[in-house]
Amino acid sequence: MSALTREETEALIQEVLEVYPEKARKDRAKHLAVNDQSIEQSKKCITSNRKSLPGVMTIRGCAYAGSKGVVWGPIKDMIHISHGPVGCGQYSRAGRRNYYVGTTGINTFGTMNFTSDFQEKDIVFGGDKKLAKVMLEIESLFPLNKGISIQSECPIGLIGDDIEAVAKKTAKEINKPIVPVRCEGFRGVSQSLGHHIANDAIRDWVLPRRDTQEFASTPYDVAVIGDYNIGGDAWSSRILLEEMGLRVIAQWSGDGTIAEMEMTPNAKLNLIHCYRSMNYIARHMEEKYSIPWMEYNFFGPTKVAESLRAIAAHFDDKIKEGAERVIAKYQAMMDEVIAKYKPRLQGKRVMLYVGGLRPRHVIGAYEDLGMEVVGTGYEFGHNDDYDRTIKDMGNATLIYDDVTGFEFEEFVKRVKPDLVGSGIKEKFIFQKMGVPFRQMHSWDYSGPYHGYDGFAIFARDMDMTINNPCWSKMTPPWLKPVAPETEQKAA
Amino acid sequence: MALRQCAIYGKGGIGKSTTTQNLVAALAESGKKVMIVGCDPKADSTRLILHSKAQNSVMELAAEAGSVEDLELEDVLSVGYGGIKCVESGGPEPGVGCAGRGVITAINFLEEEGAYDDELDFVFYDVLGDVVCGGFAMPIRENKAQEIYIVCSGEMMAMYAANNIAKGIVKYANSGSVRLAGLICNSRQTDREDELIIALAQKMGTQMIHFIPRANSVQHAEIRRMTVIEYDPTNPQADEYRQLASKIVNNKNFVIPTPITMDELEELLMEFGIMEVEDESIIGKKAAELAA
Repeated sequence: MSALTREETEALIQEVLEVYPEKARKDRAKHLAVNDQSIEQSKKCITSNRKSLPGVMTIRGCAYAGSKGVVWGPIKDMIHISHGPVGCGQYSRAGRRNYYVGTTGINTFGTMNFTSDFQEKDIVFGGDKKLAKVMLEIESLFPLNKGISIQSECPIGLIGDDIEAVAKKTAKEINKPIVPVRCEGFRGVSQSLGHHIANDAIRDWVLPRRDTQEFASTPYDVAVIGDYNIGGDAWSSRILLEEMGLRVIAQWSGDGTIAEMEMTPNAKLNLIHCYRSMNYIARHMEEKYSIPWMEYNFFGPTKVAESLRAIAAHFDDKIKEGAERVIAKYQAMMDEVIAKYKPRLQGKRVMLYVGGLRPRHVIGAYEDLGMEVVGTGYEFGHNDDYDRTIKDMGNATLIYDDVTGFEFEEFVKRVKPDLVGSGIKEKFIFQKMGVPFRQMHSWDYSGPYHGYDGFAIFARDMDMTINNPCWSKMTPPWLKPVAPETEQKAA
Repeated sequence: MALRQCAIYGKGGIGKSTTTQNLVAALAESGKKVMIVGCDPKADSTRLILHSKAQNSVMELAAEAGSVEDLELEDVLSVGYGGIKCVESGGPEPGVGCAGRGVITAINFLEEEGAYDDELDFVFYDVLGDVVCGGFAMPIRENKAQEIYIVCSGEMMAMYAANNIAKGIVKYANSGSVRLAGLICNSRQTDREDELIIALAQKMGTQMIHFIPRANSVQHAEIRRMTVIEYDPTNPQADEYRQLASKIVNNKNFVIPTPITMDELEELLMEFGIMEVEDESIIGKKAAELAA
């Protein structure tokens, strides 16, 4: 049960919209909705993937962030050049906590920043020569790299450098794959277009590389697509698939390698976790290689079990039995976790605002703990994301697309959730308001949250945040009793 | 006398660089202290003053040294005929990089290094023919050139370009102090050319400041990488540039231009017989259709 009725939630949206000038109000009204489970298509109630308004403090990123930060960055044995001025690469360095195995600087490069460090002269005279030089230097300094990707920053698109030509020429010289990615930050309305561009670059420059090569297949080969191994998420997912008898031939892209990407077209089934950032490549592989794909959800034991069974349904009895065996094996552990934390979390209400898959995928995990998600929204979702969200959210709950700083604060003030889950930019605002907060992009430096092992950590983290004694001890400055005027003067 | 900053614009190939250098040479001859800033990646705005093929440009030298911060003013400044100071912004080969950014960087560098000192009477910016991006509008932004001269001729495309440049000036004039100071007609010996340009200037709210007749002496001088003023000071053409120079020195006619519409421009051209009255019935008809 949501605390607010449908009418109250609708009134709240209207009240929050009041402060905007007319044009902004009209635009923002389309991005805010009261959930109605009876609606089949989200386009009837919410607009998404549109340009943010200036001045509203959107939380969105850019196409470069979507390509370099999300899709390409975690490919650990390639070197990703942030091509352009130094800032884009440096301030996004190692920020997403994509864990990987390897020796950084020797055979893996995930947390390092490589940039062509553009200066005035590179803008004026073009950066092609410098790019070629950077790549040759990379090859001599880090000879164990398995390839290079060129992540375009804004100026590359403005001055029209021919990075494709440089990529082809240098790839021949060093005999390794070099992938040019046209993910200039000004393209599109959010990081979402960057995901798409990055997917297209994989389609054009990576997947066909082993089309004619032999591959020792098994009937149980699957690829994990759209798991970025944040805090080890992909690892706690992969073990479950392997335990049920499947062979994971590729992990995209957390702890992933270019060899795995190249071999993915040999999979029997593509498993998509983050639909938003990697559905494009799954659709492509379906068309070109006839590989079926399915979405799954590894947050919380209910969804994990559902997903394991749905995955197993694509295979023979051996795998179906395997799925049941895995579910049974972990059930006792899950019962214990729930027995411990559910009494402490029962009835607590959560508001989320994140990106990718989480605004809908984590709902089940909270419900396993007896909690309710009363508001959710996507930073850069499209309507197919909201289509998938409507059924997962309770009736009369709040849905907000590309929420503004003001809206989010006002919603939280009025809905008064017991927990807000969002990102680093929101964290301290809500904590200072006295609202318990978890970062749901980086798992607040914890994790993994995927799979059965992840759920145990998730439950513990939510408990220690919500039931932390600090919340009852603090009074935000604006709620402190006003000191008598005389004392103020004396001070 | 306070420093006057002037920019020369006009259609590509109209003779901006030749006109500017002859004009500047005439100013220098009369004792004015002048600087030319070439704002064109081709870097051919100072060759007649310096007798060189192409001066080392700011961007070229900056690329060699590492960045513009590594340059000194004397590295980029050359002094030629009549003490004229010459700078070329420079830029990339066609097809790469960003020439507009080169102009911005070079002009900022000159300002920061104090190239525009009190001793100067005039700075002339010789700008690439097509104002393709913001970089080439740099010379007419706040605190830079206040006077714009447009070189044109009686040819339709030259007038069309002049009118377009005037549109650009309006944009910056409304937010700053830049003004159109006149059209310079560099003759192509078309019929009634002077009258036509005077009429155009009038419609645009400005003046034709001078009509420069066509003369082979300009080319003779240019082959020797010299201005007419220097090559043959007694040539009548040199006097034309001297007249232009003195008119510019005494010019007070600075306006926010009133660019005309395409229709008005066509009317003007028809009035002067450069353009035929349009036959609406032939538009979009192929040769075969017309023959039928």
